[in-house]
Amino acid sequence: MIGLHHYLVVSAMLFVLSIAGIVLNRRNLILLLMCIELMLLAVNFNFIAFSRHLGDDTGQVFVFFILTVAAAEAAIGLAILVVLFRNRRSINVQDMNEMKG
Amino acid sequence: MTLANYISAAPEMTLLGLICVVLVADLFIDDEQRNVTFWMSMVSLAITMWVLLATAPSARTIVFSGAYVSDPLSQAMKIAVVGFVAIAFLYARDYLRANDLHKGEYYVLGMFGLLGMMIMISANSMLSMYLGLETLALSQYALVAFDRNNANSTEAAMKYFVLGAIASGALLYGISWVYGVTGTLEFSAMANSIAANPDMNGLSLWFGLAFLIVGIAFKFGAVPFHMWLPDVYEGARTSVTLYIASAPKIAALALLLRILLDGLSELHAVWADMIMVLAVLSLLVGNVVAIAQSNIKRMLGYSTIAHVGFILLAIFCGTGKGNAAALFYTLTYVVATAGAFGMVILLSRRGYEAELLSDFKGLNARSPWSALMMMLIMLSLAGIPPLVGFFGKLNVIDAVLSSGYTGLAVLMVLASVVGAYYYLRVIWYMYFDAAEDQAVLQASGDTRLVLSMNALAVLGLGLVPGWLWALCTRVLG
Repeated sequence: MIGLHHYLVVSAMLFVLSIAGIVLNRRNLILLLMCIELMLLAVNFNFIAFSRHLGDDTGQVFVFFILTVAAAEAAIGLAILVVLFRNRRSINVQDMNEMKG
Repeated sequence: MTLANYISAAPEMTLLGLICVVLVADLFIDDEQRNVTFWMSMVSLAITMWVLLATAPSARTIVFSGAYVSDPLSQAMKIAVVGFVAIAFLYARDYLRANDLHKGEYYVLGMFGLLGMMIMISANSMLSMYLGLETLALSQYALVAFDRNNANSTEAAMKYFVLGAIASGALLYGISWVYGVTGTLEFSAMANSIAANPDMNGLSLWFGLAFLIVGIAFKFGAVPFHMWLPDVYEGARTSVTLYIASAPKIAALALLLRILLDGLSELHAVWADMIMVLAVLSLLVGNVVAIAQSNIKRMLGYSTIAHVGFILLAIFCGTGKGNAAALFYTLTYVVATAGAFGMVILLSRRGYEAELLSDFKGLNARSPWSALMMMLIMLSLAGIPPLVGFFGKLNVIDAVLSSGYTGLAVLMVLASVVGAYYYLRVIWYMYFDAAEDQAVLQASGDTRLVLSMNALAVLGLGLVPGWLWALCTRVLG
């Protein structure tokens, strides 16, 4: 029988995976954006599992809002990425070190 | 009922309508006539302010099925954020014009950010809080990248975007756990639900709370989640830094007050310890690292981190006095910091950013009045009487002492002493060093006027701090 905690474990795994992806990835910024999306999807998973468990719809409504905001966020992130590439000719994470201190 | 909903949210709706008008009108305005956009934005802010004052709530009103709250606290904070955004616009106009960046986007994004801040301040549920937060954050990412051809700006924007998105992710993950345990997103219902079952799923609630605190700490820029702050302050154009450093700090305080005090005050014993660790680290790291900076924007970034430590320690007390001290500190700190960035704007000219500390050398010889204004601002940030920064620090230390944490109060005093060094160094440079840069200041009359009023406000608030303190105590009562 699949219960609430199975969903929570899957969601936690996705969340940890996305954090690991952000921390370990030293190459490509696009991968970083994908990890951010994954993180939000892990949160959605959590919300839906809890919402179903509690029999309360607000959690599912929240998910729709998160999806919408995630789309807007991806749009802005990719726009910044394009501008960055135009200035630097690189989207390597390791090249993001002009400012230090 | 429905009408009451709309009256309470009238300022936000008015602002949204006006932003759309400015956005469309800006399309039909030539580059030479960008002043029209500026004035339309200022009029929009003035109208919003008027609506805000006209719809002042007499008591706490919760509308839109519990999603939105209008109370004296939200009223006071909204007046402050509208005012600070207006000040940021006033500073920005000549600076943007001198750098060929005078575009409508700055004002439109600035006002969308303001809308987000107002929603955050009035949020009564996690959902409206999240939406307000994202409206603000997305506008800020775009604002930082606003100077498209500047490699540092875009790098700063990318860093800000990635770390901001992680913060939102952590915050949301925390929200989902708190929702799962309490079964509601609304702050007052959440508080009731926790109060009703004191032993409600302790561990999972704490787990969610920890993620919430991480998210909040990121947004505030508290150590160890501060990495983005100095880079963003340095990389963004100064007019954008001024915007980011001022009004959004008040909105961040609203985030903290609403979630931790309206929603999770029952768990004070749990979150207070986490907040304290963040605050102490911020005080130490912020003040010590600021000493090593040669770029004033970066130095002010680290100084912000140190000031965040004070605000968090005031919240940590969990008393009415502590909360009022946090509000007082935030409001007055923002006045001084806006002035400090305004000074960088004042010294900059076409093609030249006065962002190094050495650019302040010999300022007294070049412009005694500007040097005097900068001295007032720096002394206030350092917390020296009779300037307002002193009373901010005094209130926080008093609140911490009356809650019985003598050690923390001593630490705060020591941190302030260390902090005073790098503020006083700027004054030393201005008065006792020879100027490396002899160019005549080119800032226009209105930038000088705004800066003078800003710096004199720091002095004035310091001479008569009583009314603001009374206001802070009253709205949090």
